[in-house]
Amino acid sequence: MWNRFATPRGMTRRHFMSHAAGATAMVGASLSFGHSLRVHADTLKKNRKSCILLWMGGGPSTMDIWDLKPGSDNGGEFKEISTSGDVRISEHMPSMAQQMHHMAIIRSMSTREADHNRGRYYMHTGYVPDANVDYPSYGAVIAHELISQRPDLEIPPFVSVGGASEGPGFLGMAWAPFNVTSNGRVRNLEMSVDSDRLAQRRFALEAIENSFISQKRGSVLEDHKKVLGKTFDLLTSKQMEAFKVEKEADDVQERYGKNGFGQGCLLARRLVEQGVPFVEVDLGGWDNHQNIFRTLSNDRLPVLDKAMGALVADLSERGLLEDTCIVWMGEFSRTPRINADAGRDHWARSWSVVVGGAGIKGGQAIGATNEDGTEVATEPYSSEDLMASVCHALGISLETTFTSRNGRPMKIANSGKLIKGLFA
Amino acid sequence: MRKTQISRIIQRSAVQLAGCFTLAVAILSHAGISNGQTAPQKPTPQKPSGDDPDPATSKRLLLPRQVELINAAMEATWKDAEIRPSPVEDELKWCRRVYLDILGRIPSYEELSAFANDRSPDKRYLLVNRLLNDENYTADYAQNWSTVWTNILIGRNGGMEERSLTNREGMQKYLRDSFAENKPYNTMVRELVTATGTTRPGTENFNGAANFLAMKVNEEDGVQATAAVSRIFLGLQVQCTQCHNHPFNQWKQQKFWEFNAFFRQSRALRRFASGTRDIDHIELINEDFAGQGRNPSKAEIYFQLRNGMTKVAYPVFIDGTAIDKSGYVKEVNRRDELGNLMMESDYLDKAIVNRMWAYFLGYGFTKPIDDLGPHNPVSNPELFEQLAKDFRDKSYDLKQLIVWITMSKPYQLSSRSIKENESDDPTLGELPKFSHFYTRQMSAEQLYQSLTVATQAGRRGNLDEQQRRRDDWMRQFIVAFGTDEGDETTTFNGSIPQSLMMFNGDLIKDAISIEPGSWLQKLSQYKSSPQEKVQFLFIAGLGRKAKPEELTIATQLMDARKRDVGGMLQDLWWAILNSNEFIFIH
Repeated sequence: MWNRFATPRGMTRRHFMSHAAGATAMVGASLSFGHSLRVHADTLKKNRKSCILLWMGGGPSTMDIWDLKPGSDNGGEFKEISTSGDVRISEHMPSMAQQMHHMAIIRSMSTREADHNRGRYYMHTGYVPDANVDYPSYGAVIAHELISQRPDLEIPPFVSVGGASEGPGFLGMAWAPFNVTSNGRVRNLEMSVDSDRLAQRRFALEAIENSFISQKRGSVLEDHKKVLGKTFDLLTSKQMEAFKVEKEADDVQERYGKNGFGQGCLLARRLVEQGVPFVEVDLGGWDNHQNIFRTLSNDRLPVLDKAMGALVADLSERGLLEDTCIVWMGEFSRTPRINADAGRDHWARSWSVVVGGAGIKGGQAIGATNEDGTEVATEPYSSEDLMASVCHALGISLETTFTSRNGRPMKIANSGKLIKGLFA
Repeated sequence: MRKTQISRIIQRSAVQLAGCFTLAVAILSHAGISNGQTAPQKPTPQKPSGDDPDPATSKRLLLPRQVELINAAMEATWKDAEIRPSPVEDELKWCRRVYLDILGRIPSYEELSAFANDRSPDKRYLLVNRLLNDENYTADYAQNWSTVWTNILIGRNGGMEERSLTNREGMQKYLRDSFAENKPYNTMVRELVTATGTTRPGTENFNGAANFLAMKVNEEDGVQATAAVSRIFLGLQVQCTQCHNHPFNQWKQQKFWEFNAFFRQSRALRRFASGTRDIDHIELINEDFAGQGRNPSKAEIYFQLRNGMTKVAYPVFIDGTAIDKSGYVKEVNRRDELGNLMMESDYLDKAIVNRMWAYFLGYGFTKPIDDLGPHNPVSNPELFEQLAKDFRDKSYDLKQLIVWITMSKPYQLSSRSIKENESDDPTLGELPKFSHFYTRQMSAEQLYQSLTVATQAGRRGNLDEQQRRRDDWMRQFIVAFGTDEGDETTTFNGSIPQSLMMFNGDLIKDAISIEPGSWLQKLSQYKSSPQEKVQFLFIAGLGRKAKPEELTIATQLMDARKRDVGGMLQDLWWAILNSNEFIFIH
């Protein structure tokens, strides 16, 4: 029976896998599952949204990038330049200066978490760390809410490029980030057996898996099974081509910058084109306690500017920006006062994030800090507010409520409120 | 007297470690191994200490008093919460659990069989003692705890970074030696905190303990050393107080810099290969510290409040004890003084008891386990205090502590929840009540070691080479966060990259190889029925026999492989290794 297995023509490999692995496969089942799941795909494709989070690990000094304070003692070494929008930004961001009509700077972020781990968690989830509840991060929430628009997606809906991101919390490991390096290389994709034999192995595996789940030894065992399913899906999927950044023309690669973050941003565009609802791209090295101006001007800002500028322009040219929300942020910012080592330390009280695309009104700054950057001078916004606004841009209702397994209802984005003026 | 009694019994039932199929298959028929479908056993009554007048039970070994202490506290917790504990776990599942926790690997087929055939009512206690004290297990024990502590002290990435000052092998060697000789925990802490010497094995003046601080003293005035020593050994989270007063705990900025002052004589120096400019190794030293006021006899440090005001700090321990302000090493060795003060602190005792409790039972007395500040609630505070005190009184013997926990009631329980304790689920945000064992995933290192035992995968070359191969393999799971503090996480966390590795990775390919000389190939050649071979695989991998439906699948796989036993075993072993039942500790 086994040796008569063959993949029917015209069937997606994933579709085959899911059937071949079923119990019917063992008795050489009829092969009459001709329907494709793609029937509704085209209509759904039209209004499907995505989000790209550019995560700046370490806490970038937004006073030296998006909200300069010329004339203040805290102002530092950089000058302001004008942009294509109604905002002025750092002279070391020339490429972004030409794209600012697409982007909005929120200059009145005010948060309380100035430790890396706590800040990273808070900015990713909208919740401060809580010993008892593990909250889901942006990627898990958005993938979870938008997956139904993508019945044809065979690759993970939450991809983290070059960094760890944050976990899926109580949504479970099936919503965990799929971590890849910035060149998109996915390890261990090469199967040592053909798909027939893999299906047979899968059948044996699922028998053991299911019988153990039935013993009630914890929900983690069911999560394990879901992750197995997703792994089988992607192993045989043609959509994995999206990870192959090297297939892009050399001038396109060059446009984003031939470095980890540049190629990561290019990968994000490819994944969004493929239908992945959430991609996070990581750029670290912002924890500049020492020599901040040299590090920023020689190293971090050129990398950031080139890649981010290319990403915004490229998405716009391809008509993808109206459905793709870009978010730029770190876990916090840095002290307005410059320390004795020509660096800046951790600071969460007054800082900026940048958002754009997916219907967000670009070319503007929302809110403001005071003259020396030490206080927010207008209505302060929190991580919750930012998350609520991003969800809104993606068409996710703010009335969405998660019920953790103990029955406690939790409103999406921790009941954050929309940031005023962000939407026309 | 009790000790000799135990060791005599250990010798009598000493297991045969070498993989020997003749023995294995002979044992199979009467191994007393179930297929896991029967209900877990009823709890066997464990007698606490004290004279027992009942002659029927008087021959039982006496458990340490602390086991009863834990049991009583747990019974009270269950009563208060109106829940009931799950039954005691099936004994082979428990055997697998205890091997994974104490030795960092699953038991071999032979080890499981020996345990199944042991008829002593004290077999669980005997096994724990054997794993801790039998010299056949010393290497595994030391290896496991060296792995655990290397990750705690320098992270999974420590020593792997470019231009790292840490020598991972040196760290591991120090820890392996320390655990092999069961060095008292306090001695180990003192050695790590006060270490001087070179980091690389084979260099003159080598001291592997120096690797803990080698990378944490040079940058940012030793802020990393301050944060790591207080968090790991005292359970105090101080990293936020570096810049401002912490909003939640009593640690003030002043205290942070006073603690930091203990590390200011320390430097990690690069030593060059003679006649070249190549760094040969790193040496951690203490040197005179002049202080920022340039007065070594009163070496002060300055720090700034957020409002810009400058303040002064000298070395003062967390309990307020100040030491001499001199920065001259020959007058005051500041790290030695810190080591002395830490030895007196009861935070030292609590931090390790909490860590070990969480290691074996999945959750600590506090969450997170390394935050014992007064703001953080403690579950079972009396039990926690008493265990910490007893651990100090027992001379910081880690093996004793392991016995207390692994022989206690909560560690014996099944991971299956029952109707009467369904509410006890810490993943729902409830405080853990330990009324059943909490299922958790193996670490990547446990998986690696388990495959090494079960299949000899990766077991080539000497110990150091094996260690290096494992470290290389581990790299694929490490993701750094890009901060100065070197934070990192792992993708060996039940997500897709882990599954892909289990499906197709080289280690798994090695484990399921049927090349001549491989484990599976030898099994396939042995003179026994295919069915017996299948049973062998299930017992070796999962600690139970195959169920009837699993045997049916094996038969179908045989057909699919055109009666090739090796191919069938390969498919089945792949499925077993990829199952939840294999990768979880339950």
